[in-house]
Amino acid sequence: MLKIKDLNVSINGKKILKGFNLEVNAGEVHAIMGPNGSGKSTLASVIAGRDIFTVDSGEVTYMGKNLLDMPPDERAKEGLFLGFQYPVEIPGVSMINFMRTAINEKRKHYGLEPLTGMEFMKLMEEKKKIVEIQSKLTNRSVNEGFSGGEKKKNEIFQMAFLEPKLAILDETDSGLDIDALKVVANGVNALKKPDNASVVITHYQRLLDYIVPDFVHVLYDGRIVKSGSKELAIELEEKGYEWIKKEAGINEKAESTE
Amino acid sequence: MAAAEDSNNNLKELAEKDYKYGFYTEIESESAPKGLSEEIIRYISKKKNEPEFMLEFRLKAYRHWLTLKEPDWAHVDYQKIDYQDLIYYSAPKKKPKIESLDEVDPDLLETFNKLGIPLEEQKALSGVAVDAVIDSVSVKTTFQAELAEKGIIFCSFSEALQKHPELIKKHMGTVVPYTDNFFAALNSAVFSDGSFCYIPKGVKCPMELSTYFRINAANTGQFERTLIIAEEGSYVSYMEGCTAPIRDENQLHAAIVEIIAHKDAEVKYSTVQNWWPGNYEGKGGVYNFVTKRGVCEGDNSKISWTQVETGSAVTWKYPSLILKGDNSAGEFYSVAVTNNYQQADTGTKMIHLGKNTSSTIISKGISAGYSNNSYRGLVKTAKKAINARNFSQCDSLLLGDKCGAHTFPYIEAGNKSSVIEHEATTSKISEDQLFYCLQRGIDMESAIGLIVNGYAKDVLSKLPMEFAVEAQKLLAISLEGSVG
Ligand SMILES: Nc1ncnc2c1ncn2[C@@H]1O[C@H](COP(=O)(O)OP(=O)(O)O)[C@@H](O)[C@H]1O
Ligand SMILES: [Mg+2]
Repeated sequence: MLKIKDLNVSINGKKILKGFNLEVNAGEVHAIMGPNGSGKSTLASVIAGRDIFTVDSGEVTYMGKNLLDMPPDERAKEGLFLGFQYPVEIPGVSMINFMRTAINEKRKHYGLEPLTGMEFMKLMEEKKKIVEIQSKLTNRSVNEGFSGGEKKKNEIFQMAFLEPKLAILDETDSGLDIDALKVVANGVNALKKPDNASVVITHYQRLLDYIVPDFVHVLYDGRIVKSGSKELAIELEEKGYEWIKKEAGINEKAESTE
Repeated sequence: MAAAEDSNNNLKELAEKDYKYGFYTEIESESAPKGLSEEIIRYISKKKNEPEFMLEFRLKAYRHWLTLKEPDWAHVDYQKIDYQDLIYYSAPKKKPKIESLDEVDPDLLETFNKLGIPLEEQKALSGVAVDAVIDSVSVKTTFQAELAEKGIIFCSFSEALQKHPELIKKHMGTVVPYTDNFFAALNSAVFSDGSFCYIPKGVKCPMELSTYFRINAANTGQFERTLIIAEEGSYVSYMEGCTAPIRDENQLHAAIVEIIAHKDAEVKYSTVQNWWPGNYEGKGGVYNFVTKRGVCEGDNSKISWTQVETGSAVTWKYPSLILKGDNSAGEFYSVAVTNNYQQADTGTKMIHLGKNTSSTIISKGISAGYSNNSYRGLVKTAKKAINARNFSQCDSLLLGDKCGAHTFPYIEAGNKSSVIEHEATTSKISEDQLFYCLQRGIDMESAIGLIVNGYAKDVLSKLPMEFAVEAQKLLAISLEGSVG
């Protein structure tokens, strides 16, 4: 489904991803872990098509197509979803209007008629249940005045609504209490179908108690330095990242945390 | 992302494709010869079979105009207008008097259908009475009979001159005298038609009243006048829409709107101004030089202006209010969008004369392309206007880095008990917001449309329903091709 080969990415001349490789197949859940500043969000942004980053070399194919050639909105319409680490507020734009525009643009892409108001509201209600998001949130402007946790839940709500083929969640678990964490996990698990896949970027092992990944990768200094199964995450939690750095033969100073 | 060449071509296509009002209709019309003189003014007045006082008013205005110089203080730059090269009167030929729609030129009806303004009453938007003005002449006013039952007069200015000359004589020029400014003097001399609206004492107008202005003929100046009188305790909501064909040369539009609200009366005036803005290179477009003013004559009266300005090559317009009555209130809500080479200098004046008067100004400027967008506002409280209050919020949003936004707020406080608050912000459309939308599968144009509409929401929410949807679409369309 997603194949990344030897990807090198920089911003303003600063190299961030340095020979990154990853292959995600339908039906799989991958977890990417790594210390702050290792390039996790950069990876997610590049896959989603953020043009502030420069792809210096490498290949990314998504469902057999050259992903790097596709404009970001087309990537989204083709089923790619990014749960943002820092969801942005859009004042004055109601969640309802936003979601309705998004779903109908996607439907148009597939030659489908736009949803009627009734159909749309029904779908809204259905999906709201999955993430236990309250009407008071969907009645507001996009992310405006949402707490950190509410913003994250809103990302999962949008994911549930848009039913992506490949979801990339960038630290959606950070700053959540256990209940919210379960909601996020439920959202991801509900999406799990043989045709879909997810990449869960996380800082902590905690989320992986609720989402069982098929693979865990450790990202360090712009490349994957270790891959394994769920046990790797537990090991990381116990030993910290220092161990990985040593094992990877990288002798650098500890990463500063932001 | 796309090469500059490509995006330029796109821009050109978009700019012309999306101005869906840019067609021109072959309508047989009767025009005055080019140029301006006392003779032309007499010709217009005679054509319209006007009472003597009207001709005198016009001539006085004309003689005054001759003494004036075109103003140049606005933050706009345009080619000098040759006032002798314009046609001051053009009317569809099938006239003089239209009693039923069957007598209206079918091409003309088609024009209004294309504009989405059905004149046939059974098809007309329920609850909206329409006066349609093409070039200089009012073609048809709908729902007149229903309104007349309540004593409401809603008709073309010419018709009002014939049927209610005393009302015109009494009120015309009392809010905007012909001496007010260059364009007001010009309009007073040559105006050809417009709308007249009279709401009697205690009557709440049961439907939205609306005028659609359309410039069709080439080289024709459009000079219409609107006069609205709301008697004690009455209420009316009035909407005005404007469009023009795509033409390479510039067209002049210099209108006057006068509103009078008596004791306890309320008038809501909404405009969606969508004159042809010129093409992506700044060629053609309407010069929109308009004087709009209302007076809250009586105690507790209220007038609000809501405007969505997306059209015109050059706009010079300051819908203003004189708050004379005690406790009277004025509001000005404006969204002004400029793209490509459009220039807008717009804002308001709130003149507080009465006690406890209050005014609110919400202005949202949106600039894109190479355009220039200025807010110019004056808040003045007279010595006697004790406890006057004003709140102004002027926001500018920039799309791209070639456009300009400017704010010129003037404040003159004449007493110590007045409270005048002014807030202003300038921001750029956020890349993060755009990317968030793109990532949800919303394309660039729609994303800009969404964000800009969100930004302008405080103003759009003041528009009558019938207009709000249209205005939202218009905002999105006006900005197409402006980013990316
Ligand atoms: N917009 C940007 N401008 C400059 N440097 C950036 C930008 N975004 C990320 N970086 C840098 O790239 C590196 C990786 O950042 P990021 O991908 O956010 O890491 P992570 O998500 O793993 O914490 C960091 O050193 C960060 O400072
Ligand atoms: Mg990150």
